[in-house]
Amino acid sequence: MPQLADANASVVIERLRAWNPGCIAQIIEYRGETTIVVPHKLLLAVAKQCKEDPALNFNQLSDATCVDRFPNEPRFELNYQLLSIPRLARIRLRTSVSGQQPVIDSLEPLWPGANWMEREIFDLFGIRFEGHTDLRRILLPDEFEGSPLRRDFPVEGKR
Amino acid sequence: MVLNMGPQHPSTHGVLRVLLELDGENVVTAVPDLGYLHTGIEKSCEDKTYSQAITLTDRMDYLNPLGNNLVYCLAVEKLLGLEIPKRAQYIRVMMVELQRISSHLVWLGTHALDMGAMSVMLYCFREREEVLKIFERFAGQRMMTSYIRIGGLALEPPAGWREMVKRFLAMMPARIDEYEELLTNNRIWQGRLKGVGRLPAETLIAMSTTGPGLRAAGVAFDNRKAFPYSSYEEFEFNVPTRTESDCFARYLVRVQEMRESLKIVRQAMDKITDQGAIRSEAPGVVPPQREKMKTEMEALIYHFKIFTEGFSPPPGEVYVPVESPRGELGCFIASDGSPKPLRVHFRGPSFVNLQALPLMVKGQLIADTVASIGTIDIVLGEVDR
Repeated sequence: MPQLADANASVVIERLRAWNPGCIAQIIEYRGETTIVVPHKLLLAVAKQCKEDPALNFNQLSDATCVDRFPNEPRFELNYQLLSIPRLARIRLRTSVSGQQPVIDSLEPLWPGANWMEREIFDLFGIRFEGHTDLRRILLPDEFEGSPLRRDFPVEGKR
Repeated sequence: MVLNMGPQHPSTHGVLRVLLELDGENVVTAVPDLGYLHTGIEKSCEDKTYSQAITLTDRMDYLNPLGNNLVYCLAVEKLLGLEIPKRAQYIRVMMVELQRISSHLVWLGTHALDMGAMSVMLYCFREREEVLKIFERFAGQRMMTSYIRIGGLALEPPAGWREMVKRFLAMMPARIDEYEELLTNNRIWQGRLKGVGRLPAETLIAMSTTGPGLRAAGVAFDNRKAFPYSSYEEFEFNVPTRTESDCFARYLVRVQEMRESLKIVRQAMDKITDQGAIRSEAPGVVPPQREKMKTEMEALIYHFKIFTEGFSPPPGEVYVPVESPRGELGCFIASDGSPKPLRVHFRGPSFVNLQALPLMVKGQLIADTVASIGTIDIVLGEVDR
């Protein structure tokens, strides 16, 4: 395995590989931050492992957000910033979501704090979260049409 | 009964609407309704060059514009791999700590007003005014400063700034004592806050709460200590915590944080030298000095390029967390190698912390809802962005 600058990331990768060798699709290192790319289907399981493995102990979900790579396919990338308060460590999980079927497992069962973050992504990108308890628009009015943070939505709005 | 609180309710500090389902005087469920102040800042950032978006960040958390500038600039600087001169880093620290004091002052004043203590607001705003005067001297603006720029600072500190900050530092400890005299042992204040809005630390962590709310529950998590940025590792300060996790504990933590911030400002002032660079040398990213533009052709070309086309960081993503007065303020930027960001996302602590409100107020009296909303310390500009 290539030596990573971030010692914490090496631990995470090692523990995850030991648990399921196929759970890491790619490791991206950029400016000292490590992103672990996870297959779409395994996101919930990997997140669960990150939270419950006592050596990892990522007990807080700091942030969840989406990047739209339109017109590439799969166009959406979901980024989850995990934080372990006892270990003072961070890691980013990423998975991709296709434009035709924008559905992914919700992380709300693991971190209830994911609730509003996922509602925000649902609201602004139109990605549906399976297993979310209250998937409604959060910032925009209920009658709003479209997903404004998608790249093919004009900045000045639809007239 | 279902009671509609807001969006024009004075104690929601902006335009928050909460639907309260009541059983007599007790809250059964509370459903926050957001978005009345949604301005699409994240979308607007995608249509601007990296340096143009700074003025938008001021307007998110309008009690912490310098902190917003800082987190955005740190993120862009990380994308670019840019080093900032130490002098500029210390000035940044001093400015955001002054900002933390002013933000906590607004919180204290308005929260006391909500709880029926009219005069405290007048005291707090008196001192806040002094901080804003310092900002005006530094940046030419009281609130929307845009003082922190990519690669450094907008301007050299003004003449006589040391005396100004020193005067503030000399005055402030006694003033904080004054607020504490008015409130801490006040029986009405204690009665309104003690035991109200209590949540265990595990719940707060699971709900992604950060900042004073989490520290009042006994978790000493502070990004300035845990993941130091802008040379915070060189400063000595404590992270105040309490264990009661009620509204009163949050009040005590914030007051203590003001005192810690004063310590940091004092240290920063000693570290800031009179001479030295306030911007890094990065042709094509940081605008060249005016004199150079008149004498060197390259400088003129760079100046023109920065303000017409912008600069292009290499493709990649960064997430930078800082400790705002309200908690973890994060900035996620994805670059695709073009002069405009592919995606800018702000993790607003107000937005995330507000999630815990329904749990906090469940089963409590309506009047306590006001106390809970107040001690979460939300700024709706940041909640809705």
